Amino acid sequence: MNKKNPLLRNNGVQTFITSIICIILGLIVGFAALWIINADGAGQAILGVIKNFFNKPTSATRLQYFGQTLVKTAPLLLCSLSVLFAYKVGLFNIGVAGQYCLGVMMAIYSGYVWKLPWWACLLLGIIAGAASGALCGLLKAYFNVNVVISGIMLNWISLYGTNLLLQAAKEKTGKDTVRLLSKAKQAVLPSLGLDKLFGDKYVTIAIPLAIIMAVLIWILLDKTKLGFELKATGNNVNAAKYCGMKENRNIILTMVIGGGLAAMGGALYYLSDYTQWNVNASSVPGMGFNGIAAAFLGGLNPLGAIFSSYFITHITDGGAYVDLSHYCAQIADLISAVIIYLCGFVLFFKTLINNRLRKAEERFTAKERDAVKAAEVKSEGGNQK
Amino acid sequence: MENYAIEMLNITKRFPGIIANDNITLQLRKGEIHALLGENGAGKSTLMSVLFGLYQPEEGVIKKDGKVVKINDPNDANRLGIGMVHQHFKLVECFSVLDNIILGVEPNTAGFLQKKEAREKVVALSEKYGLQVDPDAVIEDITVGMQQRTEILKMLYRENEILIFDEPTAVLTPQEIEELMQIMKGLAKEGKSILFISHKLNEIMEVADRCTVLRKGKYIGTVEIAGTTKEELSRMMVGRDVEFVVPKDPAKPTDVVLDVQGITVASKSHKHKNAVNNVSFQVRKGEIVCIAGIDGNGQTELVYGISGLEPLKGGRIEFLGQDITKMPIRKRSTMGMSHIPEDRHKHGLVLDYTLENNIVLQRYFEPEFTNAAGFLRKDNIRKYAERLIDEYDVRSGQGPITPARAMSGGNQQKAIIAREIDKDPKLLIAVQPTRGLDVGAIEFIHKQIVKHRDAGNAVLLVSLELEEVMSLSDRILVMYEGEIVGELDPKKTTVEEMGLYMAGAKRQ
Repeated sequence: MNKKNPLLRNNGVQTFITSIICIILGLIVGFAALWIINADGAGQAILGVIKNFFNKPTSATRLQYFGQTLVKTAPLLLCSLSVLFAYKVGLFNIGVAGQYCLGVMMAIYSGYVWKLPWWACLLLGIIAGAASGALCGLLKAYFNVNVVISGIMLNWISLYGTNLLLQAAKEKTGKDTVRLLSKAKQAVLPSLGLDKLFGDKYVTIAIPLAIIMAVLIWILLDKTKLGFELKATGNNVNAAKYCGMKENRNIILTMVIGGGLAAMGGALYYLSDYTQWNVNASSVPGMGFNGIAAAFLGGLNPLGAIFSSYFITHITDGGAYVDLSHYCAQIADLISAVIIYLCGFVLFFKTLINNRLRKAEERFTAKERDAVKAAEVKSEGGNQK
Repeated sequence: MENYAIEMLNITKRFPGIIANDNITLQLRKGEIHALLGENGAGKSTLMSVLFGLYQPEEGVIKKDGKVVKINDPNDANRLGIGMVHQHFKLVECFSVLDNIILGVEPNTAGFLQKKEAREKVVALSEKYGLQVDPDAVIEDITVGMQQRTEILKMLYRENEILIFDEPTAVLTPQEIEELMQIMKGLAKEGKSILFISHKLNEIMEVADRCTVLRKGKYIGTVEIAGTTKEELSRMMVGRDVEFVVPKDPAKPTDVVLDVQGITVASKSHKHKNAVNNVSFQVRKGEIVCIAGIDGNGQTELVYGISGLEPLKGGRIEFLGQDITKMPIRKRSTMGMSHIPEDRHKHGLVLDYTLENNIVLQRYFEPEFTNAAGFLRKDNIRKYAERLIDEYDVRSGQGPITPARAMSGGNQQKAIIAREIDKDPKLLIAVQPTRGLDVGAIEFIHKQIVKHRDAGNAVLLVSLELEEVMSLSDRILVMYEGEIVGELDPKKTTVEEMGLYMAGAKRQ
């Protein structure tokens, strides 16, 4: 059978192309927004966003700020893994933000109050998120409660639960939790020399760990029996039951893994002590929702998520370099929000490409058929002679 | 010059890699019932899509009353008076019959509905054509037959002259089929032109005037029904002789494989009723036992109970001498029970999985397909799938990697049957195994089932098709309202006698 443009048909290639289109479109719309607000500084502002740490004067500071972008990429990557894992398995995990909170909560609490070492803090954080995921899964499996509803509800419960518990780990003045580096050093993640490499003390093993998780999730989904079962259950729970899979266990397990991943993101981020938790926070962290964008921009592929998470962090970070004498302070967030929003259009562009391909192929086969017919007529004519 | 209501002349429609319609001509006379016959994938649906403007043909023209027309979308088709009753009805479940009929062409004054006039028209139409419906009944409360009549009224209300019925009898009970046949004849007498898509030869012989046959996208011919036979039609459709009755030796039943002892299964729809009530029977090695009955008399729940999909409310099941009453489904399956489910989309397939993954759905955990570390052995899965696809002639666009969703219903069914029979089960439970399949495929599947029996295994067949029951089974158990009301010997009984048991008029 004839196959034109086999490269374009490849799913991975399509994802890559459509992701690039989305990014470019996002940048154009972002630029347009800047231009409408203030035409003078628009070019410079958008360049500032794209350049991010390249705005820094020396190579050492560039490297340091690159490192900091990576520090923020790790939790986003884990959140997007959580989203895409559940999505591939047929569930929409919108509870990522709440699970992330719980990861932060247990990590900081056990680090500062119980003085546990970093690995125990990380583990307890993951367990907290996994338990929250398990609750969603249980409700879904035994009472058929939609995971989106229970996820959103748990987001708020988790947020305020975290605020409440972390009062115990708050600085005496202010509303932030303590700096682990000064008050609970044993809980801070080790760097294994990465801090020296980047010249930044916040660069820890969180980054390689996140990438390892991405690879593990890819293997789990694509190569293993468990992944086969989980995906089958997510796609058709009746068929899973029919062929003897433990469908309820599978639903719960999916949410446990999803919750654990999101919580691991939160725990890793706060255990690197780059930032502190605001115990008066009244909105769920945006990380959970950006995770959705990162998952789609990465074509719902765990390895693609590594790059999409980095890109989104890069753009968000780059927002800090917008010239505030031309624009108000919110503009940076607006620009990155516009770009992230357009990132969600990956599937839309994919469909567009596939439709185009199909039409082109139809035209092509029609032409080919005419050619064959012409040849047949000729050869028939020849035979008659 | 004959008087045609609609003509499709030399229609050719190509898709990448396949010619769905290759120079097909279909001429529908005014006031006739014209059958369109063909196997799964013969191009019937494509041809109808062309008629409705969903596809544009590369070659050929469509004529209405002798004039060339261009149909760009279903609205054009509607304007030309072409209407269709789909196999799966397009009705709003929570609307009344009347609301469904006027949907899209609501009579109104300045935006306010004027239902009175519409009601009169509907009542007049239903009287004229003998289509009994209650205009105020809500769709979800009425029988499938009545829903179908609503669909027919929808076409008549729109004053369609050309009525297309897409496999209309697939969902009906024998009585409803009989009624529909009468309705169709009545419509034709009133001057409506009817196109009847089917692969049930008996129905075509009974109701149609002429029949056009397609095979693998090609036009085979149009014949007068009066001058043809069932055998000739099936030969035209399949391209070879088809055996309607599977040749099989008398059964030699030996050991008991399945022993069902007074089982009761609760009903999902009625809280205080049991779908299956104190049912007992045995299936032995080397015999095909068939559960016959009208749809909805507890057959589905009985199979759910035996296969483990639903818990039992009472009773006991023994399989190969072992009590399996509370055994998990996987265990039953590995012990040697296979189940071709009634609903292939609900239970039989993961539609978003590829064909190969669906083929290993019951075996993926075996060492052949999963290694000790829990990784899938994809090369073995591919090889196994390719073998089954080849042996069972499962046709699809991209072979093993075709998404199950993209396959035709008949081929989806063949994939399930391949999967379940190739497991070499001691007990094969087959529920409606040939539903929606053409005669060629039915013959193949029937042969597989008999072969499986002859290899010394037990088969429990649940079927609504009386012909299938009569030709395949060694023993017939008739179910009525959740109970077995009779055991019949297919060699000694008649379809009429079985019908009496099925309708509850007789019991042993």
